[in-house]
Order: sequence, then structure tokens, then C-alpha cells
Amino acid sequence: MKKIDLELAVGIFLLIGILSIGYLSVKLGHLDLTGKRGYTIHAEFEKAGGIKPGAVVEIAGVEVGSIKNIRLNNNAALIELTLDDTVKIHDDAIASIKTKGLIGEKFIQITPGGSENILPTGGKIRDTESAVDIEELISKFVFGKV
Amino acid sequence: MTNLLRIAGRYVLSALREMGRMFLFLLSALEMIFKPPFKFRQLLKQMRFFGNKSMLVILLTGSFTGMVLALQLYYILRKFGSEALLGPGIALSLIRELGPVLSALMVTGRAGSALTAEIGMMRISEQIDALTAMALNPIRYLIVPNIVAALIVFPLITAVFDVIGIYGGYLVGVKLLGISGGTYFSLMEDYVEMKDVLLGLYKSISFGLIVSWISCYKGFNSGFGAAGVSKATTEAVVLSSILILVWDYSLGSFLI
Repeated sequence: MKKIDLELAVGIFLLIGILSIGYLSVKLGHLDLTGKRGYTIHAEFEKAGGIKPGAVVEIAGVEVGSIKNIRLNNNAALIELTLDDTVKIHDDAIASIKTKGLIGEKFIQITPGGSENILPTGGKIRDTESAVDIEELISKFVFGKV
Repeated sequence: MTNLLRIAGRYVLSALREMGRMFLFLLSALEMIFKPPFKFRQLLKQMRFFGNKSMLVILLTGSFTGMVLALQLYYILRKFGSEALLGPGIALSLIRELGPVLSALMVTGRAGSALTAEIGMMRISEQIDALTAMALNPIRYLIVPNIVAALIVFPLITAVFDVIGIYGGYLVGVKLLGISGGTYFSLMEDYVEMKDVLLGLYKSISFGLIVSWISCYKGFNSGFGAAGVSKATTEAVVLSSILILVWDYSLGSFLI
């Protein structure tokens, strides 16, 4: 009985601990165990304006993917988006960098287009809208250049 | 004057010698970890000693840490009208900082001290010498299971602490102070990244090594008599706690 007690006790402890680590890393840390599939497309912005890899991509307020990578390409920000396979983007869709609330997180919102051509993997969204620079707006307003 | 210098020099030399001895002790224990035969049964026992028996303490301190964080952060955040950030605030401070440090300090107080006293008693009652006389390596039998057990147990117990703390914060923030439960968890998921979880994990693993190393070393080299064991226990707890906090700062600044 004593033997079973020790092993069972340690087993229960391990289970609780591993569940906790799993909760922290999968639920909060967004550890991708399932190897979530998806396809990538690109979008070129004039200004990345504080957006970071891992930020969400939304269509109509629904999360459909995330930002994989941001790099500089011909003095513009080339952003690589990973989208769910079920989501189809038309080639005249508009991608814009938005902010949640006034000082919240940055995310990319895609406004679907209506053309007949669907963007293939690796395709590029042509119409983009850079982040709104609130400081610039305020300074324009203050110094009367509006 | 020369007398004073001589005393100072003796202190410095003995401190350096102690450091060197501690480091050699750690190295010989680490070497033994990878050398069979392994003492799995002993390891299991020490895991119960570090883990299961610390569970109650961790549950209590974890939940109250989360609760008090929620209470204090709520009143600070309310001044800026950003109560919604309570969830991320609690989660990040628990995962990055408080979880690893507080659980390590609690386990030091509960298990580290007991471990030093136990090994110290074995030393002064010559049980360690008996092991050596039977050609059994005392480091393999006494020290290695403790170090391995601590390395496994500390991250787990820290994770339990974090989760309990987050739910304690939920209790106070959502149920008592009236933040919406959805905001609490969804913003937490937005702000916490894998990097934060990993930082907490690295911290807790290194604290596990520090606590088991210091406690075993102090017990293994404890002085004679009851006074020697009590001195060793005190030193083990004080030194482990200081090293935990110092190492916490340095690791935090490396991996920020």
C-alpha cells in the first residue's frame, strides 16, 4: 500500500503541474501544438506603425489569422500574414492597420473586395492603408494645418 | 594594523574557499546525475517531498498573491481609467516575476530547511560516513535525487502557483470589484506571450537548482552537534533566499 501511495501521489502532483504548464503555454502563451495550418499572403504598407508579429488579422471583426513576419522592402513595410485555409481573400481587398480602442493593440483589418479573382498563396494585397499616426493628427490639429 | 589585515585576509580567503568548495560540490553532483545507476525510487520520494508536500502552501500563497494583486492593481489602474488591464497586469506579474520567486521562497522555507536539517543530522550521526564506508557514494544516494527532483518539481509548482494566482485574481477582480470576466481573460490572452511563460520557466528551473544545491551543500557540510545543524539550516535558508532574489534580477535583465 505504501508503495502505491508514493507513486500515486507523485503522479497526481505531476499531472496537476503539467496541466498548469499546459494551460499557461497553450491558452495564454499561444503555443501552437497542433501546427495550425494556413496560407500566407503579403501586404505592403507605407508605414508599419507599431504593429508586431503575432498581432491578429480580422475580417468584419472576426479573427482569421495572424502576422507572421514584418520586414523592409523597397523602403516600405512588407507584412506577411498567415490566414486560415477557410478564408478566401479577393485580390481587390483592402488591408488596413487599425487600433483597438484609442491606445489599444494594433491589428490588421481586411475589408473584403468583390472581384472574381481570389488571392493565391503568396499573393499580395495591393490596396493598403497605413496606421493612423495619432500624434501627427494632433499636431496637425494644434498647429492648424487641417 | 598588520593584525587587522591578517584578520581581513583570513575572512576573504575562507569566503573564497567556501565558494570554491560549493562549486566543486555542485559539479560533482551534476556529474553524478548522468552516471548510472540511477536511484529512481529515491527520486520519486524526493519529488513527493518537494512537490506534494508543498502543494498546500503553494495553493494558499498563490491564491492570496493573486487576490492581493487584483486588489492593489485595481485601485492603481482605476486612476487611469484602465481597469480592463487588470487581467494582463496580474498574469504578467505572476508569470514573469512573482510566481517563480514566491514559490521558490516558499519551497525554500518548507522543504529546503527540512532537507538541510535532515542531511545535517545524517552527517553528525555519521550515517554519511557509514555510506562511504560501505563504498556507496553519498552524493549519488543523498544529493543527486534532491537536485533532480527540484529541477523537475520547481517549474511545475510555479505553474500551479501562476494558475491559482490568476484565478484568485479573477475571484477578486471579477466577482468582488466588478470587472467583466470576458475582458479579464481575453486581454490576458492578448498580452501574455510565450516569451513570458518561458522566462518564468527558466527562472523556476534555475531556482530549483539553487535551492537544492545550497540546502544539500549546507547539510552535507554541517558542523558538529545540534548547534551545527541549526546553523547550517539558517545559513541554507538565508543564502538560498538571497541567491534567488539576486539571480532573479540578473536573469530578468538578461532575458527581458
